[in-house]
Amino acid sequence: MANITKSVFVKFSPEVVDMPVVYRLVKDFRLIPNIIKADINPQNQGYLVMTLSGEEDDYCRGVDYLKEKGLEVEALVDRITWDEKTCTQCGACTAVCPSSALSIKRPQMNVEFDGGKCIVCNMCIQACPVGAVKLDI
Amino acid sequence: MIKKTYEEINEKIKKGTAVVVTAEEVIDIAAEQGIRKATEKIDVVTTGTFGIMCSSGAFLNFWHTKPKIKMTHVWLNDVAAYGGIAAVDAYIGAAEVAEGDPCNNNHPGHFRYGGGHVIEDLIAGKEIRLRADAYGTDCYPLRKLEKTITINDLRDAFMFNPRNSYQNYNVGVNCSDKTIYTYMGILKPHCANAHYSSAGQLSPLINDPYYKTIGIGTRIFLGGGEGYVAWPGTQHAPNDPRSEKGIPLGGAGTLSVIGDMKQMNSRYVRGVSITGYGVSLMVGIGVPIPILDEEILEYTTIKDEDIFAPICDYGILYPAGEKCDIGSVSYAELKTGEIEFQGKKIRTAPLSSYTMAQEIAATLKDWINQSKFLLGQPSQLLPTDEKRGGVNNG
Repeated sequence: MANITKSVFVKFSPEVVDMPVVYRLVKDFRLIPNIIKADINPQNQGYLVMTLSGEEDDYCRGVDYLKEKGLEVEALVDRITWDEKTCTQCGACTAVCPSSALSIKRPQMNVEFDGGKCIVCNMCIQACPVGAVKLDI
Repeated sequence: MIKKTYEEINEKIKKGTAVVVTAEEVIDIAAEQGIRKATEKIDVVTTGTFGIMCSSGAFLNFWHTKPKIKMTHVWLNDVAAYGGIAAVDAYIGAAEVAEGDPCNNNHPGHFRYGGGHVIEDLIAGKEIRLRADAYGTDCYPLRKLEKTITINDLRDAFMFNPRNSYQNYNVGVNCSDKTIYTYMGILKPHCANAHYSSAGQLSPLINDPYYKTIGIGTRIFLGGGEGYVAWPGTQHAPNDPRSEKGIPLGGAGTLSVIGDMKQMNSRYVRGVSITGYGVSLMVGIGVPIPILDEEILEYTTIKDEDIFAPICDYGILYPAGEKCDIGSVSYAELKTGEIEFQGKKIRTAPLSSYTMAQEIAATLKDWINQSKFLLGQPSQLLPTDEKRGGVNNG
């Protein structure tokens, strides 16, 4: 089985907000979580953005577990949109993007987005003059 | 010595026999065939640039109303336009922030909407809310006006940008110890990134460094329509130091341009929000350079590796009004995405779109090839010596 690393967006409803899901992912599924961003309040809904590394089989079972427990799990890349049509290909986002998720393809000099590399730091949202990058969390 | 005239080139354009290449294409052609052969062959070299140009705006005329109004204050989508000209004329500036915007009260501000966006929306044919008030006169009694308009409801709409298309421009870095939000983008502390803003070898005034063909009346691509160079731009500074090849080492020349907004395409005119700074407008400009002789052709063969931009500190020196030039770098180096500066490697990013500049140069080339666009012979070239003042340097 291959080792994989995936970025996920996990949404908690108020009913499941107390559950120590990250612990379960480590202990029961041998996954390595790296939490990038989280906003979870007791008795309230919240979200967690993290990368999960481990064997593909464990990753799939871990995600199934989260879903069974009533959490919404989505690939992070589905939450971030870079609208190529709105983008002017200027490149203002590329030097401030710490993970090179937004980069310039050379020698063509056009902007490319790799959602898999995004760590949701929001720098591009501040840097883009035309609002081509949107984050929905 | 080869000599061509504007008339001869325009005759060829009309017949569809003119040879037109972009400022990128001419580089290889001249390298392969030599300057003389390339001059014989090529009639026009097209240039292009697409970037943020704050000194932009538009004159609008709203038609007279019944009863008539002499607008004192004018707003378009809550962005104030200048009404201190004739009754139903106004000027909307690209950098005007919408009324009620918190600006930098919560730093860095987002500046979501402003004059640049109004201009883009007008060109895109979108509906705009017009509001105006007036003190009322015997000949213009109406004191309030509120209506929804589109560009088609305007009698006249022409863009008139006092300063566009800088010949060369600063590379922004930040020597301070905190992140800064500037018109050169977000600059991280301790010079961790560098931002530049020029199309380099494709940029209009870089390809005609001594303004031997560009002047008042030069017909240009402006925002997707046909426009003109109206005047040297504000802060036109031809005396800035130059390299051996004659290329300015700083901003130097600028253009004041004019064009009918009803012809324009919002793909090439984009309202922008610059975090922590304000609103502005991205403008697409393309200037055709007639190849009148070998010297003019040779200028158009300039390459990114021979164009140097000053590295400027926007953290401490620039805002203080001090000399901020702390280094120099070529566009070839900047375009790699990484430069070495003060002993460390730092990431670079452009703020002007090179692919859009290419598209504009290619579009202008198509227009000329299709005989849709003729060269405009300038009635006066741009000044090459600022000390003589005005445009009378002939």
